[in-house]
Amino acid sequence: MRRALLALGLALPLLAGTAMAQAQQQAPQSAETAQAVPNGAPTAQQQSQDRGPGPDKGAPEVQAPVPESQSAGENRQQQAPTSTATQQPTGTPTAPQPEVAPVPVSPIPAPPPVSERAQPSAEEQELEAALKGQHIQGRISIPNQSASLLVQPQGRDWRAFRNQTLFWTGAIAVLGMAAVIALFYLIRGRVRLEAGFSGRTMLRFGFIERVVHWMTASTFIVLALSGLNLTFGRHLIRPLIGDQPFTDLTHYGKIAHNFLAFPFTLGIVLMFLFWVKGNIPNKLDLVWLRQFGGMVGSGNPPSQQFNAGQKVIFWVTVLGGGLVALSGYLLLFPFTVAGVNGLQWSHMLHGTLSMLMIAVMLGHIYIGTLGIEGSFSAMGSGRVDYNWAREHHSLWVDDELRKAHDSVRPEAAARPAGAD
Amino acid sequence: MARMKFLCDSDRCIECNACVTACKNENEVPWGINRRRVITLNDGKPGERSISMACMHCTDAPCAAVCPVSCFYTTADAIVLHDKDLCIGCGYCFYACPFGAPQFPKVGNFGGRGKMDKCTYCAAGPEQDNSAAEYAQYGANRIAEGKLPLCAEMCSTKALLAGDGDIIASIYKERVQTRGYGAGAWGWRTAYRETVDA
Repeated sequence: MRRALLALGLALPLLAGTAMAQAQQQAPQSAETAQAVPNGAPTAQQQSQDRGPGPDKGAPEVQAPVPESQSAGENRQQQAPTSTATQQPTGTPTAPQPEVAPVPVSPIPAPPPVSERAQPSAEEQELEAALKGQHIQGRISIPNQSASLLVQPQGRDWRAFRNQTLFWTGAIAVLGMAAVIALFYLIRGRVRLEAGFSGRTMLRFGFIERVVHWMTASTFIVLALSGLNLTFGRHLIRPLIGDQPFTDLTHYGKIAHNFLAFPFTLGIVLMFLFWVKGNIPNKLDLVWLRQFGGMVGSGNPPSQQFNAGQKVIFWVTVLGGGLVALSGYLLLFPFTVAGVNGLQWSHMLHGTLSMLMIAVMLGHIYIGTLGIEGSFSAMGSGRVDYNWAREHHSLWVDDELRKAHDSVRPEAAARPAGAD
Repeated sequence: MARMKFLCDSDRCIECNACVTACKNENEVPWGINRRRVITLNDGKPGERSISMACMHCTDAPCAAVCPVSCFYTTADAIVLHDKDLCIGCGYCFYACPFGAPQFPKVGNFGGRGKMDKCTYCAAGPEQDNSAAEYAQYGANRIAEGKLPLCAEMCSTKALLAGDGDIIASIYKERVQTRGYGAGAWGWRTAYRETVDA
């Protein structure tokens, strides 16, 4: 029975036919040999080994009940003591001074078979970690515990993301959007006020709203440019201005990026609070979207304070900006929340969303300035022309007029009909 | 020229941390920075082994590939070095490095990454060889003196080998053949896309 098990244990790795299996066959022998007779002739010991696993042979029998330990790559050290301990009492001819003293009083028990013995080599562990997306970590005795990471193959994926994925995503998103805008301008041209300027204006955004908008917008531009510089600068700007100037530029860009993150985030939060009420999607948005907001063709679909396109911008800014800010803070405070893999994911989210947001904001900037006549003053002076409001936000104008009317005659609704 | 590599024989490393200490002393590395460290895998369990790890001076180094200011360069001995005057401390090299080699001194605000510091293979940086300026920024330049990195030079069990890749690989192979076992060269598959088969 034991022999059968042993044979199985030996046969399995042989059947595998790998070099590893070969090495495992060899290794225990040589380790055993070294333990048994340090100065002995190797051939003699080989023969003694080759006499096969007789019933008096210690090591293999101990191993036999656990055939999987035969496939261990690194179990020589554990095996060696086993073999010597069990060989001595049997008096193998190769053992030194076999006749010395009667058997040691208490035979040293063989170490229990441990499944952890099966340790693949360094290369195999690295390959396994790379394939499984895991990292190899141990214990370290210096205070910096994050240094206990021995190998993190995920770095290669992150490198591919940064050098290829992000590069091309950004290039296509930003340049693509710029091309779309240019094409649109060439085909449709500027969307003029159909009725022309009336000369009468109405307040669209108050002072605080405009301040917050421009705080967010200006920080976004600096954040975007300094961020784009990290991805494209070394290809576009560095060859033009040289190493040291480019480092200075990027260094100040990094400082600006780190500090301006805070006003940007504040702006996102405040804009959310100011405008979330007017940006809840509703059925009117479907009508607006079906007509492409009047950007294509003529006619302006009715719209409340914000039309569907503006709602998209709002939610992109709030959700996208929020996530970008969140991932940015994780990067800004490395190892407080995220480890190196967490930082990699943060950067991937941060980079991808930022590129898409930059593309969307290019569209926003175009529409708010060149694209639609009369719209810039909404965020400039805060007041828009009455005709602009009628054409683009007809329902909002009605609302505003009703409010104005009510403010003049506040009790109008409460008064019974025909009371005066 | 030689192709310089590190090889840590984890069957010999006894986790004495002398390489860490030697590195810090030789290069006067500031507090909180460890260019070299010893990591113990399977601590207290069968199969426990310790590996001394630092920058492996990779072939096609990931740090150099992702650096936004391209501050890395490779010497004729294939040692990966960087120019601290160009480094902006963005941390990208740390994300890309499989071995966690780049270190950042804590300076300034927030995460406060200063200019990156890593093992230079005792070859310092781009400044004039063995000048005071070079020493202040990068530490010792033993390579310019014809010496190997101190961590490997003074390793008590000669677990850590430094030198030309072919030579240290052959030393390791000879060891493995003589003693009959070897766990393999840690990091070689990742850093050099090759393995040391005994």
